[in-house]
Amino acid sequence: MSTKEAAPRPSTWHRTSRWIRNHLVVAYGLAALFYLFLPIAVVFAFSFNKPAGRQNSTWNQFSLDAWRNICFDPSMCTAVGLSLRIALIATTIATLLGTLIAFALVRHRFRGRALTNLLIFLPMATPEVVLGSSLLALFLNAGLPLGPVTITIAHIMFCISFVVVTVKARLQGMDPRLEEAAGDLYANERQTFRYVTLPLVAPGIAAAALLSFSLSFDDYIITNFNSGSTLTFPMYIWGAALRGIPPQVNVVGSIMFFGSLAIVLVAQLAGRARRKA
Amino acid sequence: MVAVLPSSGQTFQQGGGRRGRRITPYLLLLPGMAWLAVFFLIPLFSLAQTSLMQMRGASPDQGFVNAFNVANYTNSMQQFMAQYLRSFWYSGLATIFALLISYPLAYFIAFKSGRWKNLLLVLVVAPFFASFLIRTYAWRTILADDGWITTTISHLGLLPDNRILATPIAVVAGLTYNFLPFMTLPLYASLDRIDPRLIEAASDLYAKAFTGFRKVTFPLSLPGVVAGTLLTFIPAAGDYINAQLLGALQNKMIGNVIQSEFIDIRDYPTAAALSFVLLATILILVTVYVRRSGTEELL
Repeated sequence: MSTKEAAPRPSTWHRTSRWIRNHLVVAYGLAALFYLFLPIAVVFAFSFNKPAGRQNSTWNQFSLDAWRNICFDPSMCTAVGLSLRIALIATTIATLLGTLIAFALVRHRFRGRALTNLLIFLPMATPEVVLGSSLLALFLNAGLPLGPVTITIAHIMFCISFVVVTVKARLQGMDPRLEEAAGDLYANERQTFRYVTLPLVAPGIAAAALLSFSLSFDDYIITNFNSGSTLTFPMYIWGAALRGIPPQVNVVGSIMFFGSLAIVLVAQLAGRARRKA
Repeated sequence: MVAVLPSSGQTFQQGGGRRGRRITPYLLLLPGMAWLAVFFLIPLFSLAQTSLMQMRGASPDQGFVNAFNVANYTNSMQQFMAQYLRSFWYSGLATIFALLISYPLAYFIAFKSGRWKNLLLVLVVAPFFASFLIRTYAWRTILADDGWITTTISHLGLLPDNRILATPIAVVAGLTYNFLPFMTLPLYASLDRIDPRLIEAASDLYAKAFTGFRKVTFPLSLPGVVAGTLLTFIPAAGDYINAQLLGALQNKMIGNVIQSEFIDIRDYPTAAALSFVLLATILILVTVYVRRSGTEELL
């Protein structure tokens, strides 16, 4: 776009049309962002509401009650705690297993590659109701009692594919010459992996872990099939909807939103600082 | 599949030649693939078996016996054809809207945002960390009958029933919103990788801006379009939360039916048969779509 400077002065019409086009895209982008944030603004605003009745859907009165007393309903905080624990375990295991698969797929030639790719792709092409219901059928047949363990097993299963895809993309985008250079400089394989490969793949692994965490923490459909009477946070929200969702749920939603925003921004800034140093 | 990066097959091996090398990939694959085999493949077979079972007595409560009851498929499809077709209709519409919203947004982030690029990317994903259910309930508040959006549009005389909530519009809007990042991110990834010099070359060769877009930018972003539409369409087709929270009884999708047949009615064979038809349809559509768009490197 900038090479145009050397060209003869573009006509007025040309310039106006370019101005409109450039700003149209910007205006459209801002409108899209507004659309994305509208529900979040509502969630945040209603966390400060003091609902008149049971339903927290019409504005009544500003209040900090929900923020001051988040665990007003202890079962909600128990549910959030359980969801966090499940998400942490599921993320750790899925990230580990998925990263190993990604390394095998990008760094090795082996028989059964196509089959492996297919088995990674299939869970992502399977609707969640089918994943959840088929696992339920397995657990029922095997006589495994439903609870936190079955939920975690299910979450690991659907996170693996997303980890593989994310880490694989990062590995494929890496310049192979960097590792070759390490080898040329007499680094052994372990040193190359530790000091060259791992730092380069780390952002991909971190992104995969973050994705897994949010998929697991947020999952309702699959969990609903495999939870028995265990309440995760989404299960709690669904159940609470019948008697009216308390504003404390909005508080947790807002914390999740601002928390994840903060984590990602800090990581980005840290990355930038390191690159400058 | 999201790997919009072409798999150029960079399988460079370090060292190599030693015998131990050959089993390394299998050792790396083993734990993860075993997990998928036990908790994804076996359940699918078990579901297939369930879909052919027969009721032991007159009601589902008395349990089921193994059989080869293909009638489960024909009966359940006859009974729920409307919900089945509606799912693909709604999710197809939602995918198109998501593409229309995401493409300019991804284009804006990739080419016009300058140093705000990373921040904007974070902002696009951030709303989706506030729980799916909470977001959908927020849309219920936004689209409520006495909300400003509904009253404004119905004052303009554009709404036949003077409401949005509990209509197909709300369900499609919810589906569009909830799966948006699955569309935006792959689009962004493929647009961001386009060499700007190619677009400049088009304009140097006197292509009009739109021609340049049509002949250069869009074709190069096609892998992102394919990945994005798949990642949006697949979860949307099986979703039931949006139809449940934003729609009316007559807007139920196949996901709602499967869920209630499994959990409430406990007619497992019917639910399993419906699940299989849904899965098979999606896989066929995906295969045809990927073949036709000529981007088979996605897999």
